[in-house]
Amino acid sequence: MKTKVLAIDDSRTIRNLLAATLEEAGFDYHCAVDGREGVDMYSDVAPDVVITDINMPNLDGFGVIEELRGNGINSKVPILVLTTESAPEMKARARDAGATGWITKPFDDQSLIFALKRVTGAAA
Amino acid sequence: MQSQAEVKIGDQEVKHAQQSEFVSFTVAGQAFCLKITQIREIRRWSPVTILPHAPVDVLGVMNLRGAVIPIYDLSARFGLQQTEASERNVVIVVAVAGKPVGLLAESVSEIISINPEDIQDTPQVDSRHTMEYIQGIISHDDTMVRIINLDAVISVPEQGLS
Amino acid sequence: MSGSIQDTFFEECEELLEAMDEGLTAVEGGDHDPEVVNAIFRAVHSIKGGAGAFGLDELVAFAHKFETVFDEVRSNKLQLDPKLIQLLLRSSDHLSDLVSVARDGGSTDEEHHGVLIAGLEEYIGEEEEDLTFEPMGLGGPSMPLPIADESEKTYQIRFHPLKEMFGTGNEPFFLFQALSELGPLKVELDESELPGFDSMAMDESYLAWNMTLTTTEPKSSVEAIFEFVEGLCELEISSDKDGEEEAAALAALNAAFGSPGDSTEPETPAPFDSPAPAEAAPVTSPEPTEKVEAAKPESNKSEQRGPKPTLRVDLERVDRLINAVGELIINHSMLAQQIANLDVADLRDVETELEGFKNLARDIQEGVMSIRAQPVKPLFQRMARIVREASSATQKSAKLVTEGENTEVDKTVIERLSDPLTHILRNAVDHGVEKPEAREEAGKNRVGNIRLSASHRSGSVCIEIRDDGAGVNRPRVKQIAIEKGLIPENAELTDSEIDNLLFLPGFSTAKEVSNLSGRGVGMDVVKNAVSALGGRINISSTPGKGSTFTIILPLTLAVMDGMVVSVADQTMVVPITSIIETMRGSDEMINSLGADGTLLSIRGNFVPICDVAGALGLRKPDGDQPPGVYLLVETETGQRSALAVDDIHDQRQVVIKSLDGVCGNIPGVAAATILGDGKIAMILDPESIIAASPNSATFDTERRMSNAIAS
Repeated sequence: MKTKVLAIDDSRTIRNLLAATLEEAGFDYHCAVDGREGVDMYSDVAPDVVITDINMPNLDGFGVIEELRGNGINSKVPILVLTTESAPEMKARARDAGATGWITKPFDDQSLIFALKRVTGAAA
Repeated sequence: MQSQAEVKIGDQEVKHAQQSEFVSFTVAGQAFCLKITQIREIRRWSPVTILPHAPVDVLGVMNLRGAVIPIYDLSARFGLQQTEASERNVVIVVAVAGKPVGLLAESVSEIISINPEDIQDTPQVDSRHTMEYIQGIISHDDTMVRIINLDAVISVPEQGLS
Repeated sequence: MSGSIQDTFFEECEELLEAMDEGLTAVEGGDHDPEVVNAIFRAVHSIKGGAGAFGLDELVAFAHKFETVFDEVRSNKLQLDPKLIQLLLRSSDHLSDLVSVARDGGSTDEEHHGVLIAGLEEYIGEEEEDLTFEPMGLGGPSMPLPIADESEKTYQIRFHPLKEMFGTGNEPFFLFQALSELGPLKVELDESELPGFDSMAMDESYLAWNMTLTTTEPKSSVEAIFEFVEGLCELEISSDKDGEEEAAALAALNAAFGSPGDSTEPETPAPFDSPAPAEAAPVTSPEPTEKVEAAKPESNKSEQRGPKPTLRVDLERVDRLINAVGELIINHSMLAQQIANLDVADLRDVETELEGFKNLARDIQEGVMSIRAQPVKPLFQRMARIVREASSATQKSAKLVTEGENTEVDKTVIERLSDPLTHILRNAVDHGVEKPEAREEAGKNRVGNIRLSASHRSGSVCIEIRDDGAGVNRPRVKQIAIEKGLIPENAELTDSEIDNLLFLPGFSTAKEVSNLSGRGVGMDVVKNAVSALGGRINISSTPGKGSTFTIILPLTLAVMDGMVVSVADQTMVVPITSIIETMRGSDEMINSLGADGTLLSIRGNFVPICDVAGALGLRKPDGDQPPGVYLLVETETGQRSALAVDDIHDQRQVVIKSLDGVCGNIPGVAAATILGDGKIAMILDPESIIAASPNSATFDTERRMSNAIAS
């Protein structure tokens, strides 16, 4: 089985970049255009890992993490947040909400794969 | 000049394949021709719609299956006298830069096969004005037939693209 | 990086810039709704994020500053006062420029860039600057490494997860696996802290691992693997070589994320989720590929989910369809004409069917045309920027209010309206709106108000630009027109005629005013652009109250209502929109004036006659015109003229065929059409016919005439 990734980002550019890198690396890539859609898609896609942006309309990244980790869905899957901020505050807040790790934008192929490897064990 | 690389083969049929077909026609009594592949169709003259303020060599526009195409008087274009267009005349439709253009000629004569090596450079005898539009001449049945350089006759600026 | 993704980025930037503009316009209008502010923030943020991916550093840097200020607004640390809003608006324009530069090359005004950066920085608190520090240990093997020391080292790693770690989805096993890729790894489970079953807390973490890693990688690579669990575990990494360095690094690590401690209460009870003992068994350097299982075909690839289902179609295809529908309509009228010519007693059934055919063809045409129709919104949004730039260049204060942004207009019309609108708006700021002080003295708001509106009006589109400035300075305009020889010195003009002088070629006040309204480009250019679209432009002005420009455009560029007339044996079409009245002339209606001027008297009014055939050069103008038919037309300048034609046939809708690429511009002719008999007819442009007519000094003539009557 390919590792299934659900990417949630309102930027088409970032979604395309993720898709290009992840599909090339052999991941099964799914995407949602905002937090609400991401959470709605979650059970259908049943991903092995979620990558989510923070600043999004209709439910931001923190909201996504809270809903996925919350009692309704109670997800244990690794969640990586995409952030342009390297501020510890942002990371701490994401982690408090239940994020597994983070990917700092702009990311390159290798750091993206490296992050996924550390939380899913998979390189693809 | 559009001559192909010459291949010396004695075989008559192969030689035939190398020849190009031209349509010859008369304009102000002189013989001209165009490569058959340059011609889209030949139509009998019918009155065109006059374009106001047009130069003498622009006769007007005609409806060609829904497209508005300009019609030029080749004779006037070549600096010869204007053609008094009538039913006996023909409009040769050619495509220049992908756009159809009509050329008024007196009459179409015949289709002639020309061997590229028989095309001669234009001698310096014709009037200067005409020469610009001629890319070569050939001798056919003892008559001189002028090969028209279409791009020079209908130059792109003439199209008035805006 | 793939070019197509970059293309997507720029495409997306256009949308984001539009969203940003829209938001800022709302903010400028007083809407400080947090959602609006959020949307702007996100737009800027997304531009920054994408730009970062493509290494567009200048864009990233500026977007970052811009975004930082917006973040302050978002968190209510900054108040949106007019000064800040102006700065944000100008920054948004600049951001848009930076995007263009990134896409198309070129450069931006560095001084302007510097000014804006400085302006934005004023709003950025000191502490905000400190927040952007380079993360430590991020990246791992892909990051630039300190000069690799090729020698192999052996690291002793002790990893004790805290219970908090398990709530974050981090899995020790995966970390070990990542470690094992650096070199041979030995893992030993330390369960010594495990209490007896009775005293075991469900959410406590008792297990720890001791690992031995042999690798050529530097310590930072090892630390990078534990990046996500920093602060969530007790981690000790020691090597046989760099004992001292390590202590310092760990101290920094703990400082950055706070010392790990037991005092914090877990917010959600994290279920005990430590790896099964089997997994914790020593793992000896598995091949990196070991976990990569054969890819199975997956049917449910990424679903295409979008907010609105739309179809992107090549414009050329739509245009081909439009052409084909045009043919269909022509075809219909040809068919109708031929049927009418048939010698058949009862045509009723055929005619009914033919009528149905016609209606269907019209429906298809409307449908196809609507594909090309687009809302004027993006165009209007760009105009807000023009006004801002013009205001700042002239030290005036003006804001643009738009209305009817959702009015849909043909795509080509929208594209070609951009220049005329830009010009009118610049003019409105430059010549219309007064300086703030002057406005105050006049009892007006310091900020000038320019309203740009669009609406549909009986088959036409009406675009109106209304300013609340000083209005046309008529004495001055008249003076200029006289100086430039456009009107005789003693000309007596109505107010409206004076206003319309602005549209005369050669009338440009740009020279003596400022460099803003264009380099010698006058309003005549605007008028020509509008005429080229088959439209009309008009101005009305009230001194002290402002001016209004009204542009009336045809809804579609493909079809229009025309009056079919004959002129010198040619059939021609005159647009219905320009005709006020048609009448048959009689000798007594014609009055000679001077050598070759003729006037038509209509119910006591005299209007100059313009012989269409003469104006088109189809017939020598002779003084003895046969009394034919007159079309009373009114030009944009409000002057009336009687176009003399030979006969009127009927009124019908015609399909417009452009003469672009067929022949050059012909004075007096707007386009061509194909009539029911298959013949081509010229569509006339009354405006330029009158200009081309020997009586072209109609203005003058009419004036002299009225004077003559008055005296």
